[in-house]
Amino acid sequence: MHKRLLNRRIGTEGTLLGILMLLYVVLALATDSFLTLQNLFDLLNNQSVNIIFAVGLVVVLIAGGIDISFAVAASVVQYVVLTLLMNYLGGGSWLLGILLSMLVGMLLGLFNALLIHRFRIVSIIVTIGTFNLFFGLLMYFTSGVSIYDIPDWLYYSVPLLDLPAERGSATLYLPAAVMVVMVILTWFILARTGFGRAIYGFGSSPESARRSGVSAWKIYAFAYGWLGLCAGVAGLMQAHIVQEVVPNALIGQELPILAAVVLGGATLGGGRGSVLGAVLGVLLLAVVQNGLNLLGVTPYAFRMIVGLIILIAITTSNLGNLLPRTSKARNV
Amino acid sequence: MGDIAIRARHVSKIFGQSRVLDDVEFELRRGEVLCLAGENGCGKSTLIKIINGVYTPEAGVEFSFGDETLSAISPIEARSRGIHVIWQDLALFPHLTVAENIVFDDYVAKPWRPISSKEALTQSLEIIQQFGLDLDPMARVEDLSIAHRQLVAICRVLRAGASIIFMDEPTASLTYKEVQTLLGITRSLAAKGISIVLVSHRLVEVLEVCQRVTVLRNGKLVGTYPTEGMTQARLSTLMTGLELEFTPRAETHKGAPVLELKNLSREGEFENISFTLHRGEILGLTGLLGAGRTEIAHTIFGMTQPTSGQLLKEGQPLTLRSNRDAVRHRIAYLSEDRLNLGLVQNQSINMNTAVTVLPKLEKPRFFLSPQRIKALTAHWIEQLKTKVSDAELAVSSLSGGNQQRIALAKWLATEPEVLILDCPTIGVDVGAKAGIFDIIRNLADQGMAIILISDEAGEIWMNADRALVLREGRIYSEVTPAETTEEALEAIINA
Repeated sequence: MHKRLLNRRIGTEGTLLGILMLLYVVLALATDSFLTLQNLFDLLNNQSVNIIFAVGLVVVLIAGGIDISFAVAASVVQYVVLTLLMNYLGGGSWLLGILLSMLVGMLLGLFNALLIHRFRIVSIIVTIGTFNLFFGLLMYFTSGVSIYDIPDWLYYSVPLLDLPAERGSATLYLPAAVMVVMVILTWFILARTGFGRAIYGFGSSPESARRSGVSAWKIYAFAYGWLGLCAGVAGLMQAHIVQEVVPNALIGQELPILAAVVLGGATLGGGRGSVLGAVLGVLLLAVVQNGLNLLGVTPYAFRMIVGLIILIAITTSNLGNLLPRTSKARNV
Repeated sequence: MGDIAIRARHVSKIFGQSRVLDDVEFELRRGEVLCLAGENGCGKSTLIKIINGVYTPEAGVEFSFGDETLSAISPIEARSRGIHVIWQDLALFPHLTVAENIVFDDYVAKPWRPISSKEALTQSLEIIQQFGLDLDPMARVEDLSIAHRQLVAICRVLRAGASIIFMDEPTASLTYKEVQTLLGITRSLAAKGISIVLVSHRLVEVLEVCQRVTVLRNGKLVGTYPTEGMTQARLSTLMTGLELEFTPRAETHKGAPVLELKNLSREGEFENISFTLHRGEILGLTGLLGAGRTEIAHTIFGMTQPTSGQLLKEGQPLTLRSNRDAVRHRIAYLSEDRLNLGLVQNQSINMNTAVTVLPKLEKPRFFLSPQRIKALTAHWIEQLKTKVSDAELAVSSLSGGNQQRIALAKWLATEPEVLILDCPTIGVDVGAKAGIFDIIRNLADQGMAIILISDEAGEIWMNADRALVLREGRIYSEVTPAETTEEALEAIINA
């Protein structure tokens, strides 16, 4: 009971924050390049794409679903949007680019939602299907050819904040700002609107929600549509950062991001998770990777360590369930 | 008593070929606690759904609310007249807080209005305090006991402005004390002018708290009676249309000892349990929920290990590492949770019956023989007089009583010497209960040693040769039903 109470007080987010700060202290002491403004800004710049994906994905997980098609959907968005912009819209602009990416991404997400709702197929099956469908279509139509000819506005990086630092200066770029906007928007919807709480309710007990008058279609459409929208934005940001569009640049990102979001307290059962948790989950894994790099650990060990972190995190948070059933029942 | 809250007349409902409700009249007074009684399938749920606006009844129906009379009622109309149903599953959101559960309807009504968690807190506290309930609005519903979850569900409908509340089997999984608290709350709600309809199968409670009882049987109204002067026996007769005999098992049938428990203890669950079980004996194990009944059964069945003490079978010490060991030693245990643990609901009746003895049904070796499975199932269906149209159908297609027979068949197939029955009549109709007990008595007459676990004093009194009353994990008293009355046994259990 004490453990449960403690967990409730601090929560997954608090625990993650604690571990993150601990890692910061350890890494700051162990390396001389870790605790620099540059490194912090680089972390935010580099992780903005992953965080945008993660806050989209956490909505789907809270609603009780799962989506593994979002990363390839982002690749599809990159191709569709850039082809449209370059061939039909004369290059476009930031505003048009972002709006178009959101729209295309949302449509792909709604396609998932439609299949899940209309045909009552389990979300993991649907998105395994669309994962292959999206990627297959992409490879078929592009023949695997990358796009290097991208508009100028997308090509040149947009520095937003430039602070003097030890070696030259530390700069925060546009993707980090877009990330902050997406994080705040998603947080607001989930935590500060009735609809957001209804998403939690639906994930917690779909039948109870249905009986309270919650429309399952609206929840599915929003959750997968919002993830699609986030994926579209993330895709555009990724193309902006690497200054090119490569068809298989994002495939394979879905599982690490899913892992980060689960680390942040979301479960596959629905009803649990938060935007803050998802962000901290991504940051924790990034800091671990960053630290390992700075410590000179081989990058091949990274995946293994991430796997261990996730398994340890899940096991410790479920320790309560290992106690004898009745004594737990009496304590609660 | 006060004026009419709702009166429904000429309520009929036809589903396909069958007439589920036939010209039923239902009347509820303001500030009254009424019981709606009847066996499964008598039309109780259909009637509630009609009054709640979910089902449309056949034409000719008349709903009157005091002076106003309507010929139809929609779900919205029902809500606006304060009619709410708390179904047995409560329809709550386990991961959300109590406060969020109570105000959840606001979230649905105004999805895009910015909210704060403080607001939910104050609004839910208002309701909690107004009705003087013991609830922590910050707690998460998943951490609450069933009794407290029920209070959350009640707060939710009260906040929605309920004046007529239907409660579907609210006491089914509560302890005696919790039931008393809940019944106290229903009384105080009634005192505030709210009308309450309890749908309950626990006849004792019904008689205790309700002013009147409306009985349905096979879709027809049997009648509405004042509870004063009503007995359990008369009520079951009204519900089933059968005169059931209420007598304890006639003589004792003790044979040789089979199973012996010597100071068996398991830390945190039960202490110093000693008894000897004989062939042909039905030993009742009773006590309030949480007294350790099921825990002792789990240990005898090898699912948990005792921390001290000894288990002897036919004089030989018995160490059970798992329930497979127990089955090998011919001990069988029928779970109280038939729905989740006792049967695999979406598997066929054949497979459910065969599951405990699969190795015996192989022919040739390693290949299950469909003929042997069918023969086994057919044998038990006949033995236990189970009503089955097709044994290939999912077991979930059967009624509660028939499901329980299949659950029993699956264990009888292992040819047990000791059979532990954990609340074998949960979710079984009054009429079908008698059939189950006939089977149990017959098994004992044939020499099987039976441990019957139940929290219903009546069941123990009528069927057990000997009853052990447990309290807080210890044997509190041993009673011989033939030498006492049902009421006396009830008093010992609840003392």
